[in-house]
Amino acid sequence: MNLIVNGKAEIYQEDCRTVADLLNLPAWNRRLVIVELNGEIVAREDYTTALLGDGDRIEVVHFVGGG
Amino acid sequence: MSDPLIIGGRSLTSRLFIGTGKYSRNTLIPEVVEASGSQVITVALRRVDPGSNDNIISHIPSSMTLLPNTSGARTAEEAVRIARLANASGMGNWVKIEVINDQKYLLPDNAETIRATEILASEGFVVLPYMSPDLSAALRMKEAGAAAVMPLGSPIGTNRGLRTRELLRILIAEVDLPVIVDAGIGRPSEAAEAMELGAAAVLLNTAIATAHNPLLMASAFRDAVAAGRKAYLAGLGPVEETASASSPLTGFLG
Repeated sequence: MNLIVNGKAEIYQEDCRTVADLLNLPAWNRRLVIVELNGEIVAREDYTTALLGDGDRIEVVHFVGGG
Repeated sequence: MSDPLIIGGRSLTSRLFIGTGKYSRNTLIPEVVEASGSQVITVALRRVDPGSNDNIISHIPSSMTLLPNTSGARTAEEAVRIARLANASGMGNWVKIEVINDQKYLLPDNAETIRATEILASEGFVVLPYMSPDLSAALRMKEAGAAAVMPLGSPIGTNRGLRTRELLRILIAEVDLPVIVDAGIGRPSEAAEAMELGAAAVLLNTAIATAHNPLLMASAFRDAVAAGRKAYLAGLGPVEETASASSPLTGFLG
């Protein structure tokens, strides 16, 4: 499945079906993140039910230092 | 002396807001919080870099009010999007609107900032817009529902001090909202000066983060802000052109 995560198109395994699956990948390291799926914010409680589909655009953001 | 600053229904005893950028290591942040006495702290929102694993939130004491900024936004719509994402973190509804189209001086776009203020205030955010100190823009931000206005002293990160002093004075006199001087303050004396002018608070990042000893500098700013506030409340004496003796004007031996 093709997903565009943080602007980068990559092929993900078929078992990466939901936002929760995606965030469980080691790369995300279970940080406090906020997720946008095709421009819509996904509430934390919906991570396990938010289904991913081919070509979806996902933004995974978090807080960083700033003034 | 009880002199709280009330913003967004929160009663703050500290009038020094601090940032979290530019620290040589993020583990300094909790110590800076402690030394500064601050209760409000800014953060930015960015894409997660899968490679790194530092989490700024883990360095911020939970008692702090988080003030996410919308840095990176070039339009009101982008600022609104960033604010909503920040809010989805579940860490509060305060937002510092920052809409910038000028990459050289990082001066804010007041018109877009007013639009973003209106949208976010109507959604229930506590909106603190970073702005160029312009009276009509500040009044429009108030009308749009801002909880405070945050005019710049000089461009972000320059440590050049209160170059906008005259305009800040006018905003403080004319805008019935807390005026928080944000950006450009480089020295404790400048923070004190802003507070003497009647600023409700100051927001600093670079001046503390890039000091040789950030903890000592945080403590210096804490004292300066408190001193400036006291001086404002005390009421500064008049400035005169000619001398006015402080000792009795009789001759030494009468």
